Amino acid sequence: MSEIDPGLKRTPLHDLHIALDAKMVAFAGYAMPVQYPLGVMKEHLTTRENAGLFDVSHMGQVRITPRSGDLAEAALAMERLVPIDVLGLKNGRQRYAMFTNDAGGIQDDLMVTNAGDHLYVVVNAACKEQDLEHLRAEMDECLVDEIDAALLALQGPRSEAALATLAPEVIELGFMESREVSLLGEQCRVSRSGYSGEDGFEVSAPNRSAVALAQALLESHDVAPVGLGARDSLRLEAGLCLYGSDIDVTTSPIEAGLKWAIQRSRRAGGAREGNFPGAGRILSELEQQPQRLRVGLKPDGRAPMRHGTPLFAEVDSSEPCGRITSGGFGPSVGAPISMGYVPSEMADTGTRLFGEVRGKRLPVKVAEIPFVANTYKR
Amino acid sequence: MKFTEEHEWLVKDGDVITVGITEHATEQLGDIVFIELPEVGDEISAGSEIVTIESVKAASDITAPMDGQITQVNEAIAEAPSMVNEDPMKAGWFFKMKPSNPADYDALMDEAAYKELIG
Repeated sequence: MSEIDPGLKRTPLHDLHIALDAKMVAFAGYAMPVQYPLGVMKEHLTTRENAGLFDVSHMGQVRITPRSGDLAEAALAMERLVPIDVLGLKNGRQRYAMFTNDAGGIQDDLMVTNAGDHLYVVVNAACKEQDLEHLRAEMDECLVDEIDAALLALQGPRSEAALATLAPEVIELGFMESREVSLLGEQCRVSRSGYSGEDGFEVSAPNRSAVALAQALLESHDVAPVGLGARDSLRLEAGLCLYGSDIDVTTSPIEAGLKWAIQRSRRAGGAREGNFPGAGRILSELEQQPQRLRVGLKPDGRAPMRHGTPLFAEVDSSEPCGRITSGGFGPSVGAPISMGYVPSEMADTGTRLFGEVRGKRLPVKVAEIPFVANTYKR
Repeated sequence: MKFTEEHEWLVKDGDVITVGITEHATEQLGDIVFIELPEVGDEISAGSEIVTIESVKAASDITAPMDGQITQVNEAIAEAPSMVNEDPMKAGWFFKMKPSNPADYDALMDEAAYKELIG
């Protein structure tokens, strides 16, 4: 097997991945574990049944501090870039958001947390340089600093018990809540959220304590290390978007089925209506259905329909009507699953379409997402 | 037993050759979730793609090891693809074929040469 490119960046857990015999791949400029010896399928299933520990230190963590000391100024500045109610976000609460562009497309998706005296933001690894530039250019009233820290995700029904052995107070956190917690004597930021559809946590920890923290969590029999392969199949079953595949600069948040993320205060008639990039398109799509929508798709057969598979309304249609943006085998579903964009009039659950796989038009039906019910702790 | 650079193994029994993929191949592929087999009676030519394998990671093809005709396929692995991960060298065989030129078999790699190939 070929050696991993030594020019790739490494996370603070790199040596631990090697010690755990991970298969390393290049991802967004980092050497990352795609799977451990357990394999993608079992790593996926053990996350749903027990708990999985993921290294997501490649993601961008950003601290946005208002120069005035008034967090409302940072929240209002942030609202110029996202169609989200940031001002209404209470201390210790987190929301899903997206940077939109003037055309109403999505430049990146992110999590934003009210951390008391600053906003704590997590962005995608592949977009972080561009996001930092964007934030610095558009938020003069704030200091924008990249946080050089490890980020670990602990996901699955046994996550709470495993993390509580280090800090019992994490039990008090509800879904999308976040606070500073001392873990192994180091101040960490713990958020009750993730990317698997399961209850779980994301822990931002100082680089120097990352290995000890990961090892302490892996000491629990219920926690297995899980790589990017299972991270992708877990989020696909949960119906969560992958930036660059399911959402990008050409897809609007409404087309992507993310209107739940746009609070009333930012919609037409709201207290702080519009005033974010692409508001014209996005607010009008909220009023009247967009031309296409992201949907779940279940192939009738066993062949997975992956990213890029063209979709046709009829077995003999000459032109595709849509395209699959993510797809593969869903280990918990026990069948292939996909997501993609179809014309709005074909987006009803049960609508039959055809996906072209290796030259054959195979039947596929529009399905409800998530494919697996989420278990968030509300 | 013989091997190909495509990580297939072949076993000859009379004039019929059984073909599967090696344990090394399954380790590289990861968990297999879908297999599309050729049909009995298909005429195949060396190097042409005749089996599609989808793992949790990606799709890949298996090519015909030599010219000939398919005489039997392992329907059980199409129903339960994980059998190939569990027992690639026995229960997880792919298909049986009759070669057009039986001498083609003898020209393939032996186990020592294959082991050298995969290091």
